[in-house]
Amino acid sequence: MTLPLHRRYEAVVMGASAGAVEALSALLPALPEGFALPVAAVVHVPAHRESLLPDIFGAACRLRVKEAEDKEPLEPGSLYLAPPGYHLLVEPDRRLSLSTEEPVHYSRPSIDVLFETAADAYGAGLIGIVLTGASADGAQGLRRICEAGGLGIVQQPNTALAPRMPQAAWDACPSALPMTLEGIADFLIHLPEAP
Amino acid sequence: MSADAPDDYELRLLLQAIFVRYHYDFRQYAAASLKRRLGQACARFGCRSFSALQDRVLHEPAVMQQMLSYLTVQVSEMFRDPAYFRALRRTVAPHLRTYPSLKVWVAGCSAGEELYSLAILFREEGLDARTTFYGTDINPEALAQAESGIYPLDRFAQFSENYRAAGGKHSLADYYTASYGSGIIDRSLRKRVVFSDHSLSTDHAFGEMHLVSCRNVLIYFDRPLQDRAVGLFREALVRRGFLGLGAKESLRFSEHAAAFEEFDRPARLYQKR
Repeated sequence: MTLPLHRRYEAVVMGASAGAVEALSALLPALPEGFALPVAAVVHVPAHRESLLPDIFGAACRLRVKEAEDKEPLEPGSLYLAPPGYHLLVEPDRRLSLSTEEPVHYSRPSIDVLFETAADAYGAGLIGIVLTGASADGAQGLRRICEAGGLGIVQQPNTALAPRMPQAAWDACPSALPMTLEGIADFLIHLPEAP
Repeated sequence: MSADAPDDYELRLLLQAIFVRYHYDFRQYAAASLKRRLGQACARFGCRSFSALQDRVLHEPAVMQQMLSYLTVQVSEMFRDPAYFRALRRTVAPHLRTYPSLKVWVAGCSAGEELYSLAILFREEGLDARTTFYGTDINPEALAQAESGIYPLDRFAQFSENYRAAGGKHSLADYYTASYGSGIIDRSLRKRVVFSDHSLSTDHAFGEMHLVSCRNVLIYFDRPLQDRAVGLFREALVRRGFLGLGAKESLRFSEHAAAFEEFDRPARLYQKR
């Protein structure tokens, strides 16, 4: 398999549901301090309480980890997590925004909403990653990323704690590359520097 | 800006057409969410593109009325984010008690859920008899529903749960009457309430407010429009008046940040200097 390493990527979006904490705990700490791209992530969490994820991943990662704030610019080396109860979106000027629109796939935040808006903002410069989960969220969004020329990656379903979500994304977007968590980490670490 | 796909041009033209024809100004709304919702409107009205939707909107005023529920986000609950109401009760109400008369403005009130929540809270804090509540929105349908004070009965289970978590002193059932699948807010709570059409994009401030509550409205605006809206609140508030924002909104990046101090940070309550 030839990885599309020659391209210049500008941002990474990822989505995870059931099994997310284990998967992200394996993936995110591998990324180095000063990682060249911004990372925005939707993890399905209950809506009515504060999320512990920024603290959990903040302690484990060398990236700057924070809950996304409305109209905040995306900066390299930072991981932005969707707050519980809000959709996370990327504006055309590449700032983050939040919304309380209806849930999508019973989820707010929804992976599709992040992926679709990020695909609009970054086009071919985007990497979308669908990790473990028992939902179909992220499938439409990953397809949009691929249609816009971006790169789709799914966690190899038979290595995911909950295979349904990466499988649904792969089905919707057959050009997506299946990888193990180690493979994804390795791929991200070895991306060429931005020009 | 990477906004150079054909549908981005079409989106801008659609918003311009709506502004010129109907004077609703969505041109400074945050584009990502608006574009998604207008995509849903295209599906609803059987339009292949934003240009096709523009054609219908321009020629059919009835379509424009229905479009408002796509252009604005109506999602709300009574006592949504109970911590906000607990903070109002505990820390803001004691200040408000020192005024002989009070004005409260709920900006972007949608169907009125939050305004009635405040009216109930003010009653329980002994402030309602001296207070006038103003609820404003741009959507006439939402305003009509707000004025009626009628909500589907099945929503009251969540409302009641929020009310208890918000430190409610009685039972929410004391404040509405159930009838034929609907809950109707008590007439007595609607007495000192004025709903009116007002746009944070195009209208001016109206004033001498002691509390402005505007939650999960600013997130739909771009930064300049957020500044405009907060400028209106600043102008409308009395000195030492309070501003309440949504749980994930702040004045951190606002050009008016210096005009306010953080009063209760986790509750997103600000006090005008």
